[in-house]
Amino acid sequence: MKKHLALLAAGLLAAAPAFAGNITVKGSDTLVVLAQKWAEVYMGGHAGQKIQVTGGGTGTGFAALQNQTTDLCNASRKIKAKEQEQCVKVFGKRPTEYKVALDGLSVYVAADNKVDQLSLEELEGIFTGKIKNWKEVGGGDAPITVYSRENSSGTYEFFKENVLKGKDFASSAQTMPGTAAVLQAVAKDKNGIGYGGAAYGNGAKHVKVSKAKGEEAIEPNEETVLSGKYPIWRYLFVYVNPALDKGDVAAYLKWIRGEEGQKLVKDVGYYPLPKNQRAN
Amino acid sequence: MGIHRGHNARPLEWIAEKFIFTVSLSAIAMVFLIFLFVGREALPVFLGDTDSALVQTVIPSKDMEKTAPDRLARYLGMSVSELKTKDADTLRTMMEIREEAANEVPAAVRDDKDASANTTEWKYLLKAHQWTGYTKPEHIWQPVSAIHKYNLVPLVIGSLKTTLIGLAFAVPLSLAAAIYVSQLAPPSWKEWIKPGIEFLSGIPSVVLGAFAFLVLAGFLQDIFGYRYRLNAFVAGIALGLTAVPLIFSIAEDALTSVPRSYVQAALALGASKWQTAWQVVLPAAAPGVFAAIVLGFGRCIGETMVVLIASGNASVVSWDIFDSTRSLTATIAAEMAEAVNGGHHYRVLFMLGTMLFAVTFATNLLGDAVMHRLKKQR
Repeated sequence: MKKHLALLAAGLLAAAPAFAGNITVKGSDTLVVLAQKWAEVYMGGHAGQKIQVTGGGTGTGFAALQNQTTDLCNASRKIKAKEQEQCVKVFGKRPTEYKVALDGLSVYVAADNKVDQLSLEELEGIFTGKIKNWKEVGGGDAPITVYSRENSSGTYEFFKENVLKGKDFASSAQTMPGTAAVLQAVAKDKNGIGYGGAAYGNGAKHVKVSKAKGEEAIEPNEETVLSGKYPIWRYLFVYVNPALDKGDVAAYLKWIRGEEGQKLVKDVGYYPLPKNQRAN
Repeated sequence: MGIHRGHNARPLEWIAEKFIFTVSLSAIAMVFLIFLFVGREALPVFLGDTDSALVQTVIPSKDMEKTAPDRLARYLGMSVSELKTKDADTLRTMMEIREEAANEVPAAVRDDKDASANTTEWKYLLKAHQWTGYTKPEHIWQPVSAIHKYNLVPLVIGSLKTTLIGLAFAVPLSLAAAIYVSQLAPPSWKEWIKPGIEFLSGIPSVVLGAFAFLVLAGFLQDIFGYRYRLNAFVAGIALGLTAVPLIFSIAEDALTSVPRSYVQAALALGASKWQTAWQVVLPAAAPGVFAAIVLGFGRCIGETMVVLIASGNASVVSWDIFDSTRSLTATIAAEMAEAVNGGHHYRVLFMLGTMLFAVTFATNLLGDAVMHRLKKQR
């Protein structure tokens, strides 16, 4: 019985943020696997530290940051003005932003699709619905089926802003609940096209992307993403209330952005920060 | 003697009775509270208090001292007393963020003819509108966009389409099964079929959705040869499977509870077993069967996971059953996590929730009322 009570008490304490030696992390589903990996390894090397990681989405993470129910917020996009304003309203300062990893986005097509390279302009045409047939971009005569992500995903917003230049996705674009689902769908649809993390990839072909038609088409990999040659990539972030950015929390943040933390990034399929952006 | 009540009852029984009573009462209170919560979050949309316009008037932060407190409070979205608790730095930072956000809007978007339109007004929610970049007025659901487009029409059509396909699939199947099991099947078969069908309700809808996504979609595409692998038809069939056990068990109850004397009279007059079932029992159980269908409708329109996974979720306005479609429930499930808390997207999603709640509540109420009347007649 006593043991049960102790467990219950431990559970309650874990739920309260900013408890000594206890760090809560909440936010982006894109980052949740990486964040868990970090937490696991960090806890292994630092006895007495407890790090609790949950997903739920970037928006959920920012809401928790405002309500001060989490210490760190994982984000696959930059904070929005409205969210920043809410934070300032509660704790008087803007949350501090840390870049923690890089993510390259790939464009997938079915393995037996003839097309193996596309320019950014062609991608914009395909995803906004202007280009409707594969023959317009050098493929066979077949209608293109566009697969996109849910508009709640940071990936969706990033793709929309950077590849579609802010235009709307075609309304006939099918939206999938996750990158794995996009990949599955494209693998099973010979006329399909979709996008998602470069780390995913079994079953479908990653298209080489060129900045403009006629320029060299680049394959996404660590080297091309880090050098910026591959055109579709983004940062992943962690946000923190500046008042909490000290002691254990600051040490942890420094660790994930340092040598050891960045070493783990590749294991889960993202790319580490360039050396000059790391914490030392 | 009967059961003792009051001080004559055993104390333990009395406690148990009161406990059960409290539990049932709290369930009712819970439903009420949930509705209140959902409704409260959606209220600003109904009252026209949300403003999703991209370009809003900006008060420069250097004018902070000059601005009257009540205007400043309204501008920053708080009450005057709340404003007084904040120090000047906080307020200034908040105003700076507003300015920065306004400056970050690309010039092309800022000059858009709809840049200062409040897209949560009813005319934008319901009527087709020609947005920049579109060739004709369209019903567009694109909430994450420079100009937020919140047209509900594609979603309502999506929900109705999948639900109707689901019912068209589930109702004949489950009614046939119910008639067979209650009237025609030999008892030993009945013992196997009834639990078998009801077992279907034990399959989590996420599993059914995954099954539809991975297996059913490809299988049906091979048969019908449609273009979009994931579409309203696939989702509807899977949705139908979730509704079959519900419709079946209520219809079967209704058919079984038709008085035995009806059947005996029909058989004695020389009707065959089939004629009895079709022409005597089914009409007598009609209200119960109707209630089963209505409850099945409520189940289908409220189901989330299956449609989220198997319908393709493209928000198009089309009654073609082989087009991909986006339902209200899937929209809420998919978008809620990322919506800015208290923002217009969040409010609109809660409004969808309120609508769904009202519809399922009404259908369930109708179904229950019919069943209740049925029981009273006997």
